[in-house]
Amino acid sequence: MRYVDEFRDPARAQVLLQRIRDTARRPVQLMEFCGTHTHAMFRHGIRQLLPPSITMLSGPGCPVCVTSAADLDRAIALASLPGVTLTTFGDMLRVPGSRGSLQTARAAGADVRVIYSSLDALEIARREPARTVVILGVGFETTAPTMAAALLQAEQEGIENLRLYSLHKLTPPAMAAILRSGEVALDGILAPGHVSAIIGSSAWEFVARDFHLPCTVAGFEPLDILQGIADLVEQCEAGISEVHNAYGRGVRSEGNPAAQALLAEVFEVSGAEWRGLGSVPASGLALRGRFRRFDARPLLDERRPDWSEAREPAGCRCGEVLRGVLEPTRCPLFGRACTPERPVGPCMVSSEGSCAAHYRYGGTR
Amino acid sequence: MSDTILLAHGSGGQLSHDLVAEVFVASFANPMLGRLEDSAVLANLGSGRLAFTTDSYVVRPLFFPGGDIGRLAVCGTINDLAMSGAQPRYLSAAFVIEEGLPIADLRRIARSMAETAREAGVAIVTGDTKVVERGHGDGCFITTAGIGVIPDGVDVSAAGAWPGDAVLVSGTVGDHGMAIMSQREGLRFEAEIVSDVAPLHTLVRAMLEVCPEVHCLRDPTRGGLATTLNELAGQSGVEIVIEEARIPIRPAVQSLCELLGIDPLYVANEGKLVAIVPEEAAGQVLAAMRAHPLGRDAAIIGRVRSGRAGRVSLRTTLGAHRILDMMVGELLPRIC
Repeated sequence: MRYVDEFRDPARAQVLLQRIRDTARRPVQLMEFCGTHTHAMFRHGIRQLLPPSITMLSGPGCPVCVTSAADLDRAIALASLPGVTLTTFGDMLRVPGSRGSLQTARAAGADVRVIYSSLDALEIARREPARTVVILGVGFETTAPTMAAALLQAEQEGIENLRLYSLHKLTPPAMAAILRSGEVALDGILAPGHVSAIIGSSAWEFVARDFHLPCTVAGFEPLDILQGIADLVEQCEAGISEVHNAYGRGVRSEGNPAAQALLAEVFEVSGAEWRGLGSVPASGLALRGRFRRFDARPLLDERRPDWSEAREPAGCRCGEVLRGVLEPTRCPLFGRACTPERPVGPCMVSSEGSCAAHYRYGGTR
Repeated sequence: MSDTILLAHGSGGQLSHDLVAEVFVASFANPMLGRLEDSAVLANLGSGRLAFTTDSYVVRPLFFPGGDIGRLAVCGTINDLAMSGAQPRYLSAAFVIEEGLPIADLRRIARSMAETAREAGVAIVTGDTKVVERGHGDGCFITTAGIGVIPDGVDVSAAGAWPGDAVLVSGTVGDHGMAIMSQREGLRFEAEIVSDVAPLHTLVRAMLEVCPEVHCLRDPTRGGLATTLNELAGQSGVEIVIEEARIPIRPAVQSLCELLGIDPLYVANEGKLVAIVPEEAAGQVLAAMRAHPLGRDAAIIGRVRSGRAGRVSLRTTLGAHRILDMMVGELLPRIC
């Protein structure tokens, strides 16, 4: 049980920080893909301990944040259908769509329930067979296997009233889209630990091969993150672009084959709409083959014109924040019109959003 | 009696009377309640000011490692009294019960309340029972109110912190919230996480004995330590600076928090208190706390300074500084 303290040891952190300071000769811009990295760095104060030559940019690794306004509008429409219970992770409740959020839909009478895992939704479906129970499937490669497991279980038990609205997304294509756009100059990528535990560190090979950038997989404790940054800085200084794994206790090169098999059985790769990135080919997961009968999409009338009219909240620049183009504090709404209590955009709502991290831990107030 | 609660148990008729007599009066056993008058008539409470508080308790599951909703309902109200420096004396208890709740569960809850009240030296002297239809309640909701007496010379207030004061916590934080969450999430750990739910007034008494001029006391329940510190800093118009490395946290709680992406400083406690005391008394108060069974892991975690009114800053284990904000919204496990 004592795996936390040893990765927070201040003396070892100082050694790593010194190594980073000694190595970093020229300015470098690194991107941490994952919102959990962003939050961990703020929580432990890592940004302020790094030498000023190192700039950390936050990437699109917050599943709530990258859900598009149009998809959110569809989720709200699903929740408002008679006989439908929409189950969702709590973070999604407050994210604003074009007109209101799931929370306001709930107040207006929609049956929206917060779940902690996909198995909670399965339990509701079991208990309330007369209702159609829809899971709002939000998350990356880490969350999707639990959804797959729930559907397999439903299939086995013959549960007919469970549906999945899959907004699941794959992280490497989003990373590739950001790198391809060339909008931000990056010198290296801190790759997400949890996601890589599923897909394997080898899934990031394209970063080194196609974009000639160093890429290091890191865990989420302070020493993990510092180790990852030190490795990236060393690669930058040495002119190396390789994929390294600084999270050996959690991540293997090939990932988790069991979880991958589960994903492959239930899902197929599809296009997906990302807030900030737009439509990214082969970056989503849709139900495949015999699991299509669990798909919630047919419940919605896709010809309704509303979907194409989805719009982002006025003045919200979450899209730019998610691409690493805009620092949250430079958004004109930040901390004024947009706060965690009254969020305008999703990056201020989610516990993994970078605006929320800057606001909570930033100390700018 | 039937095995489960029926709507008729709340009708005010024979079944209601039987339920009250067999479950509540039998468990709480005291002469004031036993008279079954419309109000409890309290004897002369003696010298000192009266403290009066109320709170409602809603928890799922009703029974959790280390406690249950009954113990929670008694301790929570006792602790609210204790945080104003009062010694609790009398409680009321009102139950909203969902149709279909096993009567055995209700008995278990009532027994647990009675045991906790006995342990704390308070009497449950009045109460009420209502039954709601199945699906309209989470098994059982309990509202308790309490009356206590504040000894002369004690003046504890959330607005009482002064620059220079020491900030203490009575033990490990996050135990209750993570005990509940581990049940809800169906997570099993080698070391089970147990709720800290406990009545704190005897700990408070021990602290006041060595330092009657304790400035602030508050129990960090919902919103956890971070939210309580923010409330105290705000109400006192001071800045509080906390050392992360000094905050006691059980390894099992820390591990589960990391697994779920939850900050233990925002997790609820039901048997811990935060105290702000004059600096010169800090050592003595700490010793008194550590000598009490509920304060064995007590620690001085920070200082009050004039700084920026209402701000709580945290010096992280790595030596960086950041703001420790109020909790916003609810605690949710991370998705990613």
